[in-house]
Amino acid sequence: MPAETQIKNLTVNFGPQHPAAHGVLRMVMEMDGEVVERLDPHIGLLHRGTEKLIEYKSYLQSIPYFDRLDYVSPMSLEHAFVLAAEKLLGIQPPPRGQYVRTLFAEITRLTNHMFNVPALALDIGAMTPLLWACEQREIVMEFYERVCGARLHAAYFRVGGVHQDLPAGLAEDIMLWAEKLPAFIDDIETLLSENRIFKQRTVNIGSVSAEDALAWGFSGPMLRASGVPWDLRKAQPYDAYADMDFDIPIGKHGDVYSRYMVRIAEMRQSLRIVKQAIENMPDGPVMTEDGKVAPPKRSEMKSSMEALIHHFKLYTEGFHVPAGETYTAVEAPKGEFAVYLVSDGTNRPYRCKIRAPGFAHLQAMNFMCKGHMLADSVSVLGSIDPVFGEIDR
Amino acid sequence: MAEIFTDTIWPWLVFIWPWIKIPVLILVIIVPVLLSVAYLTYWERKIIGWMQLRKGPNVVGPLGLLQPFADGLKLFLKETVIPSGANPIIFLLSPMITFVLALVAWAVIPFDEGWVLADINVGILYLFAISSLGVYGIVMAGWASNSKYAFLGALRSAAQMVSYEVSMGFVIVTVLFLVGSLNLSDIVRAQAGGIWNWHVVGILAPMCVVFFVSTLAETNRAPFDLPEAEAELVAGYFVEYSSFPFAMFFLGEYANMILMAGMTTILFLGGWHAPFPALEFVPGIIWFALKIAFVLFFFLWVRATFPRYRYDQLMRLGWKVFLPLSLAWVVLVAGIVEFTGG
Repeated sequence: MPAETQIKNLTVNFGPQHPAAHGVLRMVMEMDGEVVERLDPHIGLLHRGTEKLIEYKSYLQSIPYFDRLDYVSPMSLEHAFVLAAEKLLGIQPPPRGQYVRTLFAEITRLTNHMFNVPALALDIGAMTPLLWACEQREIVMEFYERVCGARLHAAYFRVGGVHQDLPAGLAEDIMLWAEKLPAFIDDIETLLSENRIFKQRTVNIGSVSAEDALAWGFSGPMLRASGVPWDLRKAQPYDAYADMDFDIPIGKHGDVYSRYMVRIAEMRQSLRIVKQAIENMPDGPVMTEDGKVAPPKRSEMKSSMEALIHHFKLYTEGFHVPAGETYTAVEAPKGEFAVYLVSDGTNRPYRCKIRAPGFAHLQAMNFMCKGHMLADSVSVLGSIDPVFGEIDR
Repeated sequence: MAEIFTDTIWPWLVFIWPWIKIPVLILVIIVPVLLSVAYLTYWERKIIGWMQLRKGPNVVGPLGLLQPFADGLKLFLKETVIPSGANPIIFLLSPMITFVLALVAWAVIPFDEGWVLADINVGILYLFAISSLGVYGIVMAGWASNSKYAFLGALRSAAQMVSYEVSMGFVIVTVLFLVGSLNLSDIVRAQAGGIWNWHVVGILAPMCVVFFVSTLAETNRAPFDLPEAEAELVAGYFVEYSSFPFAMFFLGEYANMILMAGMTTILFLGGWHAPFPALEFVPGIIWFALKIAFVLFFFLWVRATFPRYRYDQLMRLGWKVFLPLSLAWVVLVAGIVEFTGG
């Protein structure tokens, strides 16, 4: 009979094909019964070498890659890249272009939260909110389609503005939808916010203090849920955010429930911005007049040789960006999404480093889940809103 | 000639007759039960679909009514995969146990006055024993699969079913105090005469709620579907099963749901009795079926509405809330029966 018995923890391989892994996350969990002792996220299963690919593409060709990073909020990520390129070029889109970009960045934030909040509920076991949200997301996808022709991978934001002006009637339809959406948010809240089971599953789960949140590099709703009022739209306003009147909801406890509540409150604030952007939208062009960046008008190309040459050069060689470097961040729905863009004066980025918020959040999984139960690790994962397109890049 | 009949054929017939009669009776019960299981899956998908602003199955057959058969056929035609690390005998035995146990319980269910296969005096104990045995199928499946997810699911399930059976037992005891019989038909007869005589009205109303919630846990349904929590354990104890063994688990689970709804109906909702004496002309079997459907609707409604409990919270609810409550009610009901003479 052995003098001492070795007890080995149960090692569970969670994913990469798992219904709650939000994509291709693999987590190796060491468990003491149901309690998670150590959690090790393995990433990289969706690595496509986006950053390297962008080094071989012109600035215009780079934009679609950003749609494919975080495919739940495509336009917000394009936003970071076009702002970075504009900074290096030293141009600014005309006011209407800025308003249209702000409008669609906020609509994108709404769709992102409209997907994440019910996905969290689904991880916890409530499946109905997700299907309700899918109906609303479908409407937003139609707005996307009407404005740029694509439902998901928009490539709508361009360096110097947006590709096309809003088609006739779209602003009115968005306004009608924005009037109706609060009722949908209320419906979701009646199912979840005061539900005892939902609260038992989320309150005090994966709590992160404000100091820890800053130390782990949290941003976006994850940081604000811990009580840090930091939002790039207020701290360093870009595009038309300086003209908008909105509040920054913050949480108190930094747990899963706070993150859920912050996202719900952010949806209501985004609706305010959407309405203001439509009401105060100025007239004028949506694309910069700079002929070295923006393509010429179709009508001009029919008669002007220079315009035709410009068009050809812009869509083959692309525009040249002066040498320089910039770190440009936007408040994407998931947190601070940034592009560190280095230009060497050619038509292609020399380096394009992408800072994905989900990456910083995911590294704290072990910190947040240790000592919780297996079921809690799933709700914590749902609350950090990971999308592996941007984490693995 | 007549002597041949009385001397040889008649004793034979007397001997053989039960061998003909009982299987026929069993079929008369089992076939409708299995049909109900098929259409319970259909209605589950329809009702949850409506609650989620979807249509539910509507392609196979008119209104999707042939969907359950298409699903069943699909499962029949699939290959039975036995994992190489599994113990094949126990692996295949456990779905059979689950399935058979879900069906044998129907032997004592009274569908109408006198419509019962085995009118035994300890009917409720028999039911309770059979539903307790159900955990064996699940534990054996989890163990034989040799998979961590299945193993965790089986452990959860064993703990959960055992915990909630305790409070279910006490709830049944309160009903027995009032009725004074363990025979299921007697329990239903005690509730004759209209809705105000049903056990759900009056002193046992909280026990009906406790019983219903415990049956949710007993059948591993939402919000207590931890053994098969797809967000954590992918599918739980039957994650390695495919084809017909999977279908048997599935059928067993749904047959158990109907059985538990039937138990709730018998214990609290007056069994085959009409809610109002004026409606007694409708056959009892129809009332019984309607009431089961009513209880099952709650099963589905709850599934579409609630998130899932965590393992420790579920244990807390079972041991710290339901058990003390049902124990207190046992004392209360016993006192009332003692001092009022029943």
